Amino acid sequence: MTAVPASERPKVSLLYNPRVRTIAYQTLLCAIIAFLAWSAVNNAIENLRRARIASGFEFWKFTSGFDISQTLIDYSSTATYGRAFWVGLINTLVVAAIGIVLATIVGFLAGIARLSKNWLLSRLAGGYVELIRNLPLLLQLLFWYNAVLKALPDMRESVTLPGGGFLNNRGLFLPQPNFQAGFEWVLAAFVVGLIGAIAFRIWARRRQERTGEQAPVGWVALGLVVGLPLIVYFLAGQPIALAYPQKGRFNISGGLELLPEFVALLFGLVIYTGAFIAEVVRAGILAVSHGQTEAAYSLGLRPGPTLRLVVIPQAMRVIVPPLTSQYLNLTKNSSLAVFVGYPDLVQVFAGTVLNQTGQAVEVIAVTMAVYLTISLVTSLAMNWYNSRMALVER
Amino acid sequence: MKRVLTSIICAAALGFAASSADAQTLTTVKTRGGLNCGSNPGLAGFGLPDAQGNWTGLDVEVCRAIAAAIFDDPTKVKFVPLTAKDRFTALQSGEVDVLVRNTTWTSSRDTSLGLNFTGVDYYDGQGFMVRKALKVNSALELSDAAVCVQQGTTTELNLADYFRANKMKLKTVTFATSDEAVKAYDAGRCDAYTTDASGLYSERLRLANPNDHVVLPEIISKEPLGPAVRHGDDQWFDIVKWVLYAMIIAEEQGLTQKNISEALGSDNPDIKKFVGTEGNYGEQLGLTKDWAVRIVKHVGNYGEIFERNVGQGSPLKIQRGLNALWTKGGIQYAPPIR
Repeated sequence: MTAVPASERPKVSLLYNPRVRTIAYQTLLCAIIAFLAWSAVNNAIENLRRARIASGFEFWKFTSGFDISQTLIDYSSTATYGRAFWVGLINTLVVAAIGIVLATIVGFLAGIARLSKNWLLSRLAGGYVELIRNLPLLLQLLFWYNAVLKALPDMRESVTLPGGGFLNNRGLFLPQPNFQAGFEWVLAAFVVGLIGAIAFRIWARRRQERTGEQAPVGWVALGLVVGLPLIVYFLAGQPIALAYPQKGRFNISGGLELLPEFVALLFGLVIYTGAFIAEVVRAGILAVSHGQTEAAYSLGLRPGPTLRLVVIPQAMRVIVPPLTSQYLNLTKNSSLAVFVGYPDLVQVFAGTVLNQTGQAVEVIAVTMAVYLTISLVTSLAMNWYNSRMALVER
Repeated sequence: MKRVLTSIICAAALGFAASSADAQTLTTVKTRGGLNCGSNPGLAGFGLPDAQGNWTGLDVEVCRAIAAAIFDDPTKVKFVPLTAKDRFTALQSGEVDVLVRNTTWTSSRDTSLGLNFTGVDYYDGQGFMVRKALKVNSALELSDAAVCVQQGTTTELNLADYFRANKMKLKTVTFATSDEAVKAYDAGRCDAYTTDASGLYSERLRLANPNDHVVLPEIISKEPLGPAVRHGDDQWFDIVKWVLYAMIIAEEQGLTQKNISEALGSDNPDIKKFVGTEGNYGEQLGLTKDWAVRIVKHVGNYGEIFERNVGQGSPLKIQRGLNALWTKGGIQYAPPIR
């Protein structure tokens, strides 16, 4: 009796070889998908050509001819469609960035409040989350916009704010700081203070690890970052001039202007996303075993530091991944701006530019690429942060 | 296998409805048994559904006339409400067969957007509406004013051009639909609301206190509004064009909904050609001999639909003005049927 070597398998026809089969199927699938994609693109191009609809990106440098209400870079109706694209993109980024910061603050406060032992506080937070989370965002945006417009006084009965500002249903108008010669010293002082504060913190931490002594890092940092530039500001002879808003026949001009559309959109997005973040935070905190809190208490830590130093850092590992998707949601939801008249990317580019040029395929492709890029960059940043926050095994 | 199926479906959906671009629209419409007509979602006098879902308006009647000419039944129309921003994409992609949605005929729309305008069913021009309390008498006083406007319209461009040409400062607030723009104007967000003059009269009726608002005298642009079809189907282009002409010719000849049946026995050669008792002009269009009779019988002549929807028989009470026949001081004119 001869032993059959283990490696020698019975001969199977290639047709029944599982490896060959898998590869063949996958190749076939790829080929089919590639063919379908190719024919879809080809078909679209052919149809556009046959209907003599303009295609390509030449429109990018044509004069736009329309006006935009909020422009953070130079723009007028004589600028190009390309410029209008950038105006819209920047408006989207601004509302998304400010929205993310504010929603995070609101969410953390509400999430922690919901776990509070204070009955009223936790019920209020619970009510906020349940009410806001269960209503459509568009409805909320329209509500805030109309609430903002109806609640504020007419232009002619503007509320005058202390310090030379105005508030009415056309927006919030504040004195605009104009930086003059000498301001660069203040900026330099700020940078120096910031570096100093970071250096002090590193030094304080090393000392605490060595000797156990704590240093008042917070106060020193405040002094360096705020105090130092303030002193330099007065020494340099107050190099900021305020441009005050002036009442005209119809509107208030000059100064810093915050549109009601922007406020309504920001408010709606922050309140809505904040409710979701509150739940994420609550889940994250509850995921940290109660033993950790008890251990911290038994070491003599008070509830505040326990939350800050023991619970939250561990909770962050659970919080960050779902928090990322909330950030992405907020950014993408900002495209609802069009319903409250805020000139974001979708309103300006996928709206007016698309309509004026009629080049739906190009415009929508660009818009999708932009949102994809923003989302991927946000994801990357959050993943990097997450890997830093991950539990380090020793 | 499921995945393969999904990707095939996705790709097919992406593939831009290959047939719609060059298909014979008339055949498609006949097979479908109804006309898909892109309409204004709500502009009194032009396109507006009532509580029962019955559409009324000047543009709506043009669609009904096309359906009447094809099917001898003006109800065989499905109205697709479109915002100003979405209307051209809907027509380009074949979602609607014809767009009759107070759309201004411009060169770029006629060329690079891939559309053909078939005529003008309403000669309009852009104006401004302001509150009486502002004591503004002319649009030239509007420098620095906040103006509410609907997105994706020629209005949006004319507005910027007008203010630039007159060296006035402008604050526009742009909305996706006229509904939102009007609401914001009514709430005091803007000093002025701008659109085509006919639209101003129509929208004014929807404001909380219509009498507190006034339409300024300046007309700052030419807005010839008319039906549009896709490039690439000449037969369909001809049909939509001649349906409108037929309504204008009917008014010229004094043919109305009431007397059209008597006209069938007329000896007048022009009327004989119109009603199809002489020649085969309807068949040349790909329709029947009595195509024009069907239009007038079911919908009426141009003057009738004008008065009924925007003129003296309507709450808008707009004068014929430019829209009167060329024989009566206006510029509505149609080539002859022969």
